[in-house]
Amino acid sequence: MSTITGVSTVDELPDPEGHGPFEGDRASTGRLGDRLFGGTARGAGVLVIAMVTLVAVFLLSQAIPALAADKVNFFTSTQWNVDATPLQFGIANLLWVTVLSSVIAMIIAVPLGVGVALFITQYAPRWLSRPAASLVDLLAAVPSIVYGLWGLQVLGTHMAGIQSVLERLFGWFPLFQDAGIDASSTVLTVSVVLSIMVLPIVTALSREVFAQTPTLHKEAALALGATRWEMIRTAVLPFGKPGIISAAMLGLGRALGETIAVMVILSALADGTPWSWSMFNGGETFASKIANNAAEFDSPQKAGAFMAAGLVLFTLTFVVNAIARVVIERRKVFAE
Amino acid sequence: MKLQSRRQLASVTGVALVSTLALAGCGSNNNTTASSTASSSASAAGGSSSSACPTGTLNGEGSTAQKNAIQQVIADYQTTCSGATVNYNATGSGAGVKQFTAGQVDFGGSDSSLKSTPTAGTTGTEQTNADKTCGSPAWNLPMVTGPIAVAYNLKGVPKLVLTPSVTAKIFNGAITTWNDPAIAAINKGVTLPATPIKIFFRSDESGTTDNFTKYLKGAAPSDWPAATGKKWTGKGEGKQASSGVSNAVKSTDGGITYTEWSYAKDDKLGIAQIDNGAGPVVLSGPAVSKAVSAARQTGAGNNIVLKLDYATKVPGAYPILLVTYELVCSKAKSPAKVALLKSFLTTFASTGEQTKLQDIGYAPLPASIQAQVNTAIAALS
Repeated sequence: MSTITGVSTVDELPDPEGHGPFEGDRASTGRLGDRLFGGTARGAGVLVIAMVTLVAVFLLSQAIPALAADKVNFFTSTQWNVDATPLQFGIANLLWVTVLSSVIAMIIAVPLGVGVALFITQYAPRWLSRPAASLVDLLAAVPSIVYGLWGLQVLGTHMAGIQSVLERLFGWFPLFQDAGIDASSTVLTVSVVLSIMVLPIVTALSREVFAQTPTLHKEAALALGATRWEMIRTAVLPFGKPGIISAAMLGLGRALGETIAVMVILSALADGTPWSWSMFNGGETFASKIANNAAEFDSPQKAGAFMAAGLVLFTLTFVVNAIARVVIERRKVFAE
Repeated sequence: MKLQSRRQLASVTGVALVSTLALAGCGSNNNTTASSTASSSASAAGGSSSSACPTGTLNGEGSTAQKNAIQQVIADYQTTCSGATVNYNATGSGAGVKQFTAGQVDFGGSDSSLKSTPTAGTTGTEQTNADKTCGSPAWNLPMVTGPIAVAYNLKGVPKLVLTPSVTAKIFNGAITTWNDPAIAAINKGVTLPATPIKIFFRSDESGTTDNFTKYLKGAAPSDWPAATGKKWTGKGEGKQASSGVSNAVKSTDGGITYTEWSYAKDDKLGIAQIDNGAGPVVLSGPAVSKAVSAARQTGAGNNIVLKLDYATKVPGAYPILLVTYELVCSKAKSPAKVALLKSFLTTFASTGEQTKLQDIGYAPLPASIQAQVNTAIAALS
């Protein structure tokens, strides 16, 4: 045994369990665990990115031949003749109905969802908040087809009154004009059902974010003399804004892609129906049109036309999410 | 399990309640699944397992219009032949033709026969591609006749007569109210209200639309200039599937649509009598069979492709119908299944089964067509 400074016998002899010097037992704090876990996380990330890219590549490869053969402007035409040559299809109708129904659904669902989340986290007594949260989450468990049937047969019968009031008050504005469609099958009815479907997503995420608000901020606001509402407005909501925006974007993704409920409720329009901006009109969204015709994709060209519509939906969701990400990042900088 | 707090007790009770409710929902399954894999649990019915029955599994796919008919025949067949399993997946005529042409199923179901004209973007025609996959001529065997009812909902009008010309005008928006003089002229003595006509059509592509538009074009070409096809080319609001259009008419006063007879009957809608030129004909099984007998065969030999005469003036014939074909290979790709296929198709085409189909809204094959189908089945190898 030497007595040289900086050298110790522990570094040269095996440890009590028989491992060599400087080896340890390779547990999760060891090098191997680090490599495994890091590799798995990296692999999962790469896999997800790869899947999204592959979906985009698939849609593009199917859609481009049909788009090249399209004889009318894809974005402004309202025709949809994909059976015979010449191929003429355009998504103007689909785009408007999809965007309108999703936007109205978000206008209804986001304030409502944030309100419910605030109630559950800030106002409700402890014995009520957990059951209330579970009940709202239960809305997410209802199958889409059930929403569709309920919307058509139950909600639809009550929409006639609302529609006539809105038409009487705002009928001069193109958005509220009468379009001759029965009140149970309009874009507005679909939007209401979509907002109910989106509500649990918005509520659940907002709830989580509001519960994370630093108690210090809340107490500081109260100590400075703020009322409950002022405390929420100054401490809870600004902290939760990125979370609310994320929740809204996830909800919007669900609303844009919702298929079965839209198919069951919304009345499709016959070819040649004049264009209408109204929310009391019928129509089809991207998802419902593809689903309605999926069984009859006779030729690659026909399938390609529908894939092109799907590609537009994909791009739309992507762009909306990207904008949301930018907004959240900017807010995060100020909130830190 | 010691429950430590009231909260745990509450959550356990909640879970128990929810699971009780969920399990209570699992009542008797009334087999409404599209893929009918009715197993031979009907042995309790005392069905004799005939030793002449072949065993094995048959897979078919295609038309939704014949779904109810084929499910009933499969159930009956599997009662008598307990060693056989027949699966039919109702995914639509387009999917059925595609799967059959790709050789994925033993037989296909389609509302229209295999096309002999090429579709844009594919090589060859459906018929030639199917022949190639089979290695032998592919045959279209008409098996199920589905009457298409012009169903309406009009308060106080239990009986309505329509001619092809008036029907075409209604469905392309030229006639907009029920008390229009054109409708009143063919319905003397009936007080028609001034309700606006609300048309409902199939928003999904369907063989019913195809055959209905073919009828309008065939029987009233000057009043129906639009194209025929699986996609609706008239006016109105689109609803999904036959159930969607029938429900819409049921809940709308003044609604009219074209739908399968069984749906119109189930929803208790008014069914118009069609006057093709030989007097109003009430929709019934024998009336439809008369119209099918008037059809011309355009296929060669055992390939029984029927060209329906929509403008038929045979008295007592109801002209609006669709015929579902079973697509089969004349020389089967797997010889082991030939016996089972022949046996199943023979049962399907038998008079007993065809007559039973009337109860669920189909019409029986007329004797002349039935004889031809039987000849073709016997010639399968």
